[in-house]
Amino acid sequence: MGEMAELLSIGTVQYLQAAALLLVGLYGIVARRHLLRKLMAMNILQVAVIVFFIALSAKSGATVPVVVDEAGGIDVAAYVNPLPHALMLTAIVVSVSTTGVALALLIRIRRRYGTLSETALLDKLRE
Amino acid sequence: MSAHLPILIVVVPLVAALVVPLLGRRTPGVAHAVTLAALIFALVASGLVLARVVVDGVWRYQLGGWAPPWGIEYVVDPLSGGMMVLVSFLALAASTYAWSYLLATDPGRIGLFDSLYLLLVTGLLGIVATGDLFNLYVFLEISAIAAYALLAMGGDRATVATFRYLLIGTVGSSCYLLGTGYFYALTGTLNMADLTERLSGVGESPAMAVGIGLIVVGLAIKAAVFPFHGWQPDVYTYAPPPVTGFVAAAMTKVSAYAIFRVLYFVLGGTPVAASALVFLGGVGVLAILAGSWLALAQTDIRRMLAYSSVGQMGYIVLGFSIGSPIALVGALFHVLNHAVMKSCLFLVAGGVRWRTGFSSVASFVGMGRRMPLSMLAFAVAAVSMVGLPPTVGFFSKWYLLLGAFEARAWPGVAALVVSSGLSAVYFFRVLERTFVVSDDRLVATESRELPAGMLGPVLVLAAAGLLLGLFQQPLITHVIQRALPATVS
Repeated sequence: MGEMAELLSIGTVQYLQAAALLLVGLYGIVARRHLLRKLMAMNILQVAVIVFFIALSAKSGATVPVVVDEAGGIDVAAYVNPLPHALMLTAIVVSVSTTGVALALLIRIRRRYGTLSETALLDKLRE
Repeated sequence: MSAHLPILIVVVPLVAALVVPLLGRRTPGVAHAVTLAALIFALVASGLVLARVVVDGVWRYQLGGWAPPWGIEYVVDPLSGGMMVLVSFLALAASTYAWSYLLATDPGRIGLFDSLYLLLVTGLLGIVATGDLFNLYVFLEISAIAAYALLAMGGDRATVATFRYLLIGTVGSSCYLLGTGYFYALTGTLNMADLTERLSGVGESPAMAVGIGLIVVGLAIKAAVFPFHGWQPDVYTYAPPPVTGFVAAAMTKVSAYAIFRVLYFVLGGTPVAASALVFLGGVGVLAILAGSWLALAQTDIRRMLAYSSVGQMGYIVLGFSIGSPIALVGALFHVLNHAVMKSCLFLVAGGVRWRTGFSSVASFVGMGRRMPLSMLAFAVAAVSMVGLPPTVGFFSKWYLLLGAFEARAWPGVAALVVSSGLSAVYFFRVLERTFVVSDDRLVATESRELPAGMLGPVLVLAAAGLLLGLFQQPLITHVIQRALPATVS
């Protein structure tokens, strides 16, 4: 418990990386005019969350969480926390499904309106 | 089998969702029968579970026999049990309506529609049932992805609106997930009950404030709480009527439930939860005023209802924010009122558009004669939204107002009164055209009443609004008061 809180407070490269990706993603969703670019920005945002969780599980000097010799008791500090990885596997599946649905919507928009540019699309919707 | 009811409520619609598209290709009738059977099962099972937890207290169900906090557990208390009954009731009503609508408009896609619909219901029931923060995220996304596909079935404009919703919705759920990550980092657990216990040993920290901020903002986006409602009006306007009738009623309410669950149960009584509630109170007052004002300005009935929903979500979070037992009863009762009545209103508005091709407020002239029963249901629901007795809406608004008075939350009191006035204006504007204004050209036109399959659910929802108002006292003492967190009541 205490170690976990400490991990969060030592701002390492990964946390900064996650924060940077988060901001890039948000900026892209808001500022980009092309819908496909907006979607890519959304994916970057999701990657930011994944990086954040993976960074939580990291420990310096630890190895993969496969216990070979259980006899001497398990030294928790020697293994990387596997739970965030498992959670992020689910998050990746969610991200892929969302992207799939989004791409299907974009194909329909493109077929109907002939464009994926937000400005051109808004003009056509006003007609 | 009855020992496994909490999980079956979620799993039966899920399995049906996998079977239905296979059947839908050749035998849409069988596919829809399976859908209805799954939803009826969910409703009956939810009712049984609720009846049990009201008497015996909380029901904890361990998935696969893995003990929490390692395994995932489902926790049904009177709050989540009540939400389950509400969600499956609305799903059943809107799904019955969907059959007649799809048969007339798009019979080839009944199987696919029903499959997505069942996935959406699975997601919403899962959110309500689970006692695990990450599991809640997964169900949030299951319901959202199914909803995106369903909402986009409304045509070209619906596709554009849904794409925007998908982007904003994903930002919301990513915020929620990130917030969950903060709490996992602080406590090392994702189980709600375990989290509550461990947080008491952690104490205040900036990380906790950031985590709660992310979760509340994420869920507020999902619940379309002002000013995070930007995606909502377009989506509700262009989506197919049977989808709007369910999504507008159930989805935002389930997100509001999640906010309530996190702030009052998981983090109940902590200073950060208190500050989040203060924030929601301010947002709620603005939502009530902005939503009612914008609803007044709309000429399309569906868009008017959508903005009215923005205001109604404000009522609910304002009630959460005040936090006294009476205000919370009001807020939860308003969840019930708004879900049932808004579903009825959207289903009628969609039916009118389907029958006549129009959806502007002006086109409701003389509709009282052409669709008398649908319009009667519409009138009951509208009166309940305005908050006149003896409908359920009167009681929910009354308790909210009482709560705001007791807490001396004057901005809240003012917002409630002003918005009731505004909603009277924008609903009676429609009702006047429907029943009072007559147009000689319309007298000769034939009746346009909805077919029985669509009229039935609409009338049942309207009747539910009256019955809930009539039996509000036993409902509040036996269910809603027991749904309040122990720290409050």
